[in-house]
Amino acid sequence: MNEVMDYIEMKIPAKPDYVGVIRLTLSGIASRIGYTYEEIEDMKIAVSEACTNAVQHAYSMEEGGEVIIGFGIYPDKLEIMVADSGKSFNFIQTKNELGPYTESSTVEQLSEGGLGLFLIETLMDEVRVLEHSGVTVFMVKYLSGERENHDQTIANRETN
Amino acid sequence: MNLKIEKQQSEKGILVQVAGEIDAFTAPKLREELLPLAEGSNKSIIVNLKDVSYLDSTGLGVFVGLFKQLKKSGGELQLTDLSDRLKRLFEITGLSHIMNISVN
Repeated sequence: MNEVMDYIEMKIPAKPDYVGVIRLTLSGIASRIGYTYEEIEDMKIAVSEACTNAVQHAYSMEEGGEVIIGFGIYPDKLEIMVADSGKSFNFIQTKNELGPYTESSTVEQLSEGGLGLFLIETLMDEVRVLEHSGVTVFMVKYLSGERENHDQTIANRETN
Repeated sequence: MNLKIEKQQSEKGILVQVAGEIDAFTAPKLREELLPLAEGSNKSIIVNLKDVSYLDSTGLGVFVGLFKQLKKSGGELQLTDLSDRLKRLFEITGLSHIMNISVN
């Protein structure tokens, strides 16, 4: 299976002031990988929504704290995790804990997260949400054309 | 990262030019500037979004709030000059069916 090629992690204060900084970073990483303008703009919205949720959660709890954003860079996809626990996480371990993405959990999250999570679900290829001491949103965007290859691989595996 | 908001009275109503990025940081400023304009009855507000380079659910929330307030008092909201990106955002959220938006 794919191992993370490169991993970049950022930690920002849980304040709306810095969500734009994450968009700039994401934009830089995604254009280096080779995503199209449209794909990058979609990811900017999804990641901002996740950061905004994390920041607002921290605000409503009056806890302050930090938001951690991890970028897992693969040849064919970009994985992005946004965690509001304020603690640095083990990317692979946390990802494995998230479990499979199901239709029923999506609807549940929709009603709770509102438009923000709806946009994340719509604009990204895969989304998983883990609720523990905080909330971690894990999302994947495949490079153009890779999505079909990915589905094809799964389809081949299922028929075999 | 800054948001510029310019308002002027025109024959058709209050014309608002918004420029910059609308996100969790700048949306409160936008809300503060726009909501007082809807006070009173039969107000017509036209928001030009030509120079908005970024918009997400926080910005959509501001426009939905303004739209609801204007509806209640018999007013009207028009969002004009939407880029393809912004138009798409209103379409996928279903807001394009409810609100009055135009591309130019």
